[in-house]
Amino acid sequence: MEPLKERKEQIHRSGEEPFTLVCNKDSLAGAVSQRACVFCGSRVVLYPIADALHLVHGPIGCAVYTWDIRGALSSGPELHRLSFSTDLQELDVVFGGEKKLSAALLELIERHNPAAAFVYSTCIVGIIGDDVEAVCRGVGKTTGIPVIPVQSEGFKGNKRAGYTAACNAMARLIGTGDTRSISPHSINILGDFNLAGEIWMIREYFERMGVEVVANITGDGRVADIKRAHGAALNVVQCSGSTMDLARMMESEYGIPSIRVSYFGVEDMAQALYDVAEHFIKDAPEILERAREIVKEELEQLLPRLAFYRGELSGKKAAIYVGGTFKAFSLVKAFRLLEMEVVMVGSQTGTEEEYRELAEITDPGTIIVDDTNPLELTSFLEEKRVDIFVGGVKERPIAYKLGVGFCDHNHERKEALAGFSGMLNFAREVHSSVMSPVWRFTPQRERLETVPELLEVNR
Amino acid sequence: MSKNPPSYVATTNACKLCTPLGAAIAFKGIEGAVPYLHGSQGCATYMRRYIISHFNEPIDIASSSLSEKHAVYGGGPNLKLGLMNVTEKYHPALIGIATTCLTETIGDDVAMFLKEYDRDVEGEKPLMVQVATPSYSGSHMEGFHDAVASVVKTLACDSKETKAGLNLLPGFVSPADIRYLKEIMEDFSLPVTVLPDISDTLDGRAAIVYEKIQSGGTPLAAISVMGDSLASIEFGHTMAAESGGSILEKRFDVENIRLDMPMGIAATDLFFQELQKISGGPVPEKYQAERGRLVDSYVDGHKYLYGKKAVIYGEEDLVVGLTAFLAEIGVMPLLCASGGKSGRLKERITERCGELLPEEPGVFENMDFYDISEIAESMNPDLIVGNSKGYPLAKKLSIPLIRVGFPIHDRMGGQRILHLGYRGTQNLFDLVVNACIAGKQDESPIGYSYM
Ligand code: SF4
Ligand code: SF4
Repeated sequence: MEPLKERKEQIHRSGEEPFTLVCNKDSLAGAVSQRACVFCGSRVVLYPIADALHLVHGPIGCAVYTWDIRGALSSGPELHRLSFSTDLQELDVVFGGEKKLSAALLELIERHNPAAAFVYSTCIVGIIGDDVEAVCRGVGKTTGIPVIPVQSEGFKGNKRAGYTAACNAMARLIGTGDTRSISPHSINILGDFNLAGEIWMIREYFERMGVEVVANITGDGRVADIKRAHGAALNVVQCSGSTMDLARMMESEYGIPSIRVSYFGVEDMAQALYDVAEHFIKDAPEILERAREIVKEELEQLLPRLAFYRGELSGKKAAIYVGGTFKAFSLVKAFRLLEMEVVMVGSQTGTEEEYRELAEITDPGTIIVDDTNPLELTSFLEEKRVDIFVGGVKERPIAYKLGVGFCDHNHERKEALAGFSGMLNFAREVHSSVMSPVWRFTPQRERLETVPELLEVNR
Repeated sequence: MSKNPPSYVATTNACKLCTPLGAAIAFKGIEGAVPYLHGSQGCATYMRRYIISHFNEPIDIASSSLSEKHAVYGGGPNLKLGLMNVTEKYHPALIGIATTCLTETIGDDVAMFLKEYDRDVEGEKPLMVQVATPSYSGSHMEGFHDAVASVVKTLACDSKETKAGLNLLPGFVSPADIRYLKEIMEDFSLPVTVLPDISDTLDGRAAIVYEKIQSGGTPLAAISVMGDSLASIEFGHTMAAESGGSILEKRFDVENIRLDMPMGIAATDLFFQELQKISGGPVPEKYQAERGRLVDSYVDGHKYLYGKKAVIYGEEDLVVGLTAFLAEIGVMPLLCASGGKSGRLKERITERCGELLPEEPGVFENMDFYDISEIAESMNPDLIVGNSKGYPLAKKLSIPLIRVGFPIHDRMGGQRILHLGYRGTQNLFDLVVNACIAGKQDESPIGYSYM
């Protein structure tokens, strides 16, 4: 299948041509993009702040489709699992929704007593021109809590713009808390959302190293912690897009340096601990010592158990399509550890530089793709005869219809895939899909096993 | 029981979905159709994800992917581009275009855009059906019924020959329900057009080739002669006066029969009576047997059910159907709630089960799950019947949730739940009675192993 001509420049094949790839474009009309919108980006980032009220200002859909859809866990309050909306009606659209917004905020703040409130603007609010900022200011004054507008009108860019809006919103909290008791060996964890309890695991590694974690941004996040995040010595940032803006802003405003890490896969996880330790090496060399011990301990446990999965999975083919490229990098490495072959890798929001790097680290012939769609994915999966596809819920039925195994690596997943034990879970997940006996019944498998030439028919 | 419903400004955990989602599902039930949302990208992606999580099927919904400048200058050019791209990639027979809040608010004139499209664009052109679906007026059910009405309005004709056969407009029911309804029609030897028909498109088989557009759906050829049918049966009483069935009646003189969803014996009897009338033949033996077995099981299980208190929520017509069914097996509906607001829910429930109920249940429209929980908690119910979004409430109250309708996001097989007719009622009955028996068993200190 040939992609639409406007889409061709967003697809690259490693090693077969000089690297060019266009990205960060608006999605093409009619192409059934797998992307969501600005609001989605903001919501992903801010949502795990569990003691804040998250009010979606707009008609009902935007709120109801995001009700408790992510596995971001909280160790305490669970306000983030509720879906609040102003549910704008026709008259509100005609006469403006400010009054309703204000009344809804007052009602909800009184009911739930949150530590702060975020108000998400959706498309329609951008059109009817509500002064959300003014409403928030007013309600903030009355209630005495921070009430923060998030400029996440869906059509004003893509998911990335939503990340920026979320960072801007958090920037308003940072700098307002007391930082006196914070240790000089302290960090903020940025860009982990505590899916399936991952941030707890990572925090524990850092704490075992003797590093204080000031704020989780935002997995299992708390408003009070974020308020004092400017007291940390270092920002440890995961995820290429989502919280990078915030780290940059904290660097210029408060002089806090940042490092970029990933917690997926053994290599990257270990590197993350070492990098943080390196940062404190001058006055606390023992931190690096402890990091080494942790890595050693964890690997001693992990590697023998991983060997079994590697044995079974070696040589199988994998395709990756995820939200951000940081995850793609880690997944490429994780598959390598399992001796599997990555034949396609793509993301919704990567930058040209990131795609170039991906092209460099992957084998020749690997497909690199930006902002793809179901039909393209289908043709890639068929062309490459993939054994496992890593993606999100929207990609799952595509894989299954093609008789391809699937591993959920998005925000909805319920398995912890980060950290050392996450690598084992990942191997297990991949294994349980690839090795399942059910595939033998799918027509594609039957056919491919008997007459591989038939593959051509489909193109 | 008729406590006043709570009234809050904010909506918490809505018990409804937005209008275009219903339209997209209706369009998915038409042969060769691709649903298309004229709006920004996010809406389509969110709805796809939501629908996929229930059906576990690929759901492609195209979007105009409007950005800021289109919001200012109008979405016409992007609509055109989007339609061309969908045509090129999918070669659909039909594109079902639903608007969104955004394009309704900026006032895009989709009808005019489509006229221009027809005039300006050369080459392959699928049929276009368009429906206005701003979410700030109505919920997914309005979107669903309005999309069906639009399809009928745009495509249905008659050939002025003798009338025969039946149109069946079942509303938003499961693929399993539709398969069963078609089986019934076949057994009555009644040629039928079911609109929409999601039985294959949203519950497809493992296929040899990936289908860009899942096969199945109401054939366009059949839609085009819906005016030739003897009658139309529409399930539900809470939709707008202008519906697919009423349009066929007005234009082509096809009698429109509105029935409640056939859930429970009484409602299903009415449905079969109509089929008998239309077909002129008796109820096939198979269904008499189904009915007989159902009555038999009602009797076998009645003691476990009598006086049990239930909370019911969902789309209005589904709530009416469920309430009538529960009432006839001796369960007491305490609260019947919907996020819709047709203004007709209470009247329908009273009419259907008035004399069966010792006490009038609380029947409330425009409810969200916060309201439902607040009332339910004060009522001490024994079970909850509705879609999977009531799970937090069921968990809080430690009572069973009988999963029906849409969405079922926490279990497999939502698309295979059978709700309608004698067979669907049997399925629901077994679920309800076993939930009650299991509850009793779990509570028993000795955990008896027989009933
Ligand atoms: S903007 Fe309207 S159509 Fe889009 S998701 Fe929100 S409610 Fe639904
Ligand atoms: S209306 Fe806008 S903000 Fe809401 S889901 Fe659609 S694109 Fe996103």
